[in-house]
Amino acid sequence: MIRSLLLASAACALALPAAAETVAIVNARIEPVSGPAIPAGTLVIKDGKIAALGAGVAVPADAKVIDAKGGVVTPGLVASSSNLGASEVSGVRETRDDGTGNALSAAFDISYGINPASTFIPFARDGGITSSAVVPVLSGTGGGAHEHADDGVVEEMTAGKSGDGDPSLFGGQAAFIRLKAGASDIVEASKLAVTVSLGESGARAAGGSRGADLILIRSALEDARAFASRRAAFEQGATRDFGLSRLDLAALIPVVQGKTPLLIRVSRAADIRQALKLAAEEKIRIILEGVEEGWLVAPEIARAGVPVIVDPQADLPDSFETLASRLDNAARLNAAGVKVAINGARDFNNLRQERLNAGLAVANGLPYAAGLASVTLVPAKIWGQDGKIGSLEVGKLADVVVWNGDPLETTSWPLNVFVGGVEQPQDSRQTQLRDRYAATDQSGYPPAYR
Amino acid sequence: MIRWRNAAAAVSLLALGLSACATTGTGGPAKPSSTAQKDGKPAEKAEIKPLPKGLDGQASTGFPSTYKPFPSQTMAFVGATVLTATGQQIDNGVVVTSGGKVVAVGGPETAIPADAVKVDATGKWLTPGIIDAHSHLGVYPSPGVQARSDGNEATDPNTAQVWAEHSVWPQDPGFNRARAGGVTTLQILPGSANLFGGRSVTLKNVPALTMQGMKFPDAPYGLKMACGENPKRVYGGKGRSPSTAMGNVFGYRKAWIDAADYARKWDDFRAKQQKGEKADAPKRDLQMETLAGVLKGDILVQNHCYRADEEATMIDIAKEFGYKITMFHHAIESYKIAPLLAKEGICSATWASWTGFKMESLDGIDANAAILWKNGACVVIHSDDPIMTQRLNQEAAIAMTAGNKLGYGISRAEAIKWITANPAKAMGIGDKTGSIEPGKAADLVIWSRDPFSVYAQAEKVFIDGALIYDRKDARFQPKSDFELGQPGQGAFN
Repeated sequence: MIRSLLLASAACALALPAAAETVAIVNARIEPVSGPAIPAGTLVIKDGKIAALGAGVAVPADAKVIDAKGGVVTPGLVASSSNLGASEVSGVRETRDDGTGNALSAAFDISYGINPASTFIPFARDGGITSSAVVPVLSGTGGGAHEHADDGVVEEMTAGKSGDGDPSLFGGQAAFIRLKAGASDIVEASKLAVTVSLGESGARAAGGSRGADLILIRSALEDARAFASRRAAFEQGATRDFGLSRLDLAALIPVVQGKTPLLIRVSRAADIRQALKLAAEEKIRIILEGVEEGWLVAPEIARAGVPVIVDPQADLPDSFETLASRLDNAARLNAAGVKVAINGARDFNNLRQERLNAGLAVANGLPYAAGLASVTLVPAKIWGQDGKIGSLEVGKLADVVVWNGDPLETTSWPLNVFVGGVEQPQDSRQTQLRDRYAATDQSGYPPAYR
Repeated sequence: MIRWRNAAAAVSLLALGLSACATTGTGGPAKPSSTAQKDGKPAEKAEIKPLPKGLDGQASTGFPSTYKPFPSQTMAFVGATVLTATGQQIDNGVVVTSGGKVVAVGGPETAIPADAVKVDATGKWLTPGIIDAHSHLGVYPSPGVQARSDGNEATDPNTAQVWAEHSVWPQDPGFNRARAGGVTTLQILPGSANLFGGRSVTLKNVPALTMQGMKFPDAPYGLKMACGENPKRVYGGKGRSPSTAMGNVFGYRKAWIDAADYARKWDDFRAKQQKGEKADAPKRDLQMETLAGVLKGDILVQNHCYRADEEATMIDIAKEFGYKITMFHHAIESYKIAPLLAKEGICSATWASWTGFKMESLDGIDANAAILWKNGACVVIHSDDPIMTQRLNQEAAIAMTAGNKLGYGISRAEAIKWITANPAKAMGIGDKTGSIEPGKAADLVIWSRDPFSVYAQAEKVFIDGALIYDRKDARFQPKSDFELGQPGQGAFN
């Protein structure tokens, strides 16, 4: 009895990932994303990288062979914009590090608060996600559009001090993580973009109106330029007053230099035009997130070469800036030539929704190949990671998922997940809960002993 | 003269019918008995005047449904894969509807009436209309502005006296979006700020100018109750009770004691009245009337509750006061007590993919529904969300897949019940809709393909046999007044 209990609890401990080894995935439909699908082929992983893929690829003698049995192999999915690792339980303030509070603005760096032991990392990986951009939200503006959830009881769900005024103008700086189990540091890159909002939440950050928001953003960029060129004078107190602190100005320097993009959350068509105008006039790079009315200005976004991150489920006129929301927004943007990344649900720790959101966009007219790219190569490019990940190409890091069917389909799930060539454990807190209560046990002991 | 008398009789019958309809679930021994005619004794010695209608919950006319089915024809849907929600999947099926009802369902050999309009549904799938047992459409409409934030009367922990139907804005564009997702029936609930949030209302998802035009005829009312974090946070934050879980439980028990007392007073009054004795009618109290309706079994308890241990406590409270909990909503941890819920016959309405957004949802797993199903407990997949309600078929697919990952082998014929027959049952309308069976309402959805696929779209939606939405015909894509003249003009797909 004791012995079997001990064995059972040992089996429940989180498994550690195996070391990188040579692996050959055979009998698979391979979707490299960077090129046409290989209907039946082999993919070889060696030294953590993709070593070969194709129909006639030989299996190395020392390879561990995984028979995909006709399943699908894709690049690991990339979450385009999440709070993974920076927020655990959105309703529990102490577990949230995805917003700056009001001590800092652009300088807030989300990478410092990322917890590699977050229980939602294995959970996301169980949905085929192998990497994620971790992007700050404006404090006090919540995590997303689900204000009606939980029976309409809106919770104060943001980090930082509560009840002390408007959020900062800039949300802070984004990071990029790869979901390697057991790694002490999962941050792949930090300070990848500075976030800001236009529209209703931006107006709130600026004291109440859109006009003020844009003026303050432009003024901050101007200050950052002045700060960059007159740093010595600033240290001697010989410059005019700047609207932001030294730290916030320093964080904006790479933005005004065009090295780091500004990620702009925006919904209404008119606000999107303002964002494009801001980028052109300030000569800065931008990424647009939200973009519910993007289809109305799709050619303009395409001409500007600006990528977008969208949630294809957002079809409700749930505010006065999303009145034209449509289920085929992603399809129309893509048809106009816009690079479209598709997001999961930031709320409810539901990054697993991302691939289904891509499926929904496909159901509403997005070509399948663009649907797959929207959750792999496009977000990898947006976040400057496409040299390493995002597609199945020889030499890229082996972030690879083997699926038992179409990766965008509700009835499919990942069979094997590799990050950097290392096969990842498949259990998570959720699977352990599941297995504890799915088990039938006649021992007479409560589930806590299982 | 005779004709006049008949007409009058008809009118009074109608009045009775209306009153029975409006009082469904308002409490009391359902049968109207305001005059003592039992032993054939005429009522003339009853100097007792009937109470004015508004002072007697049983006689109150309330807010009766004015819903009328839209025009329909006798139809035969031929060639589809039919999920009946009675456990059957019929390939190459035939479903015949007439007079707003399903009249026949079967294989290709099923007889088709000569006058039926034939709909070739080869390659398509046919299911009952989707039923969302947990919606705030109309009470938290789009756009979500403060002026229309009508879902929580968060001024007292017990607001059993408020009715969600009085907050419903029929022009909520969300109704149209939900309909395009195949949703034909909705239970609109008050929010969960309060221990007792108020009455729910069941609506047919038809465009209408008034709530009454959508109200599902003869559906019982529900009472929204809420466990857990929300009430104690809302009132604790105001320095009031409840501020703790134990304060919540005190609040429920106190209210049930008051309600039992109120019910007894009315029972005593009616008993005396029946005997022809003089009696003073108790003062009608809308809060107590709703709670008493639960104790009488006329109003169904729809209980927001995440945690398994709190569900068990709620079950004990129900036993203490002699009422029944029809369904736990959200029910994130129901899988931990699946055998208990099966034994008690309590449904669990849940999501498949939401977890960890607050402490009481921390243990949410996608296999919740599947483990309940495996234990023989009643499963409902609900939305609580104007986005998810548009794709309850996919949410059910995620829940089904989580079970099949465990090797449960849950079929589509079973899983479809989670969003059709089971919510119908838990809303007290299972005898009227929710499955494709002769005699049931012809509330139907034609899907472009397997509805459990991410690529499936509702192509045509029928309520009571009438076409109410057609993805390929703009004439059957109704738009809300709110969206006219706005960017997008209400077109969303």
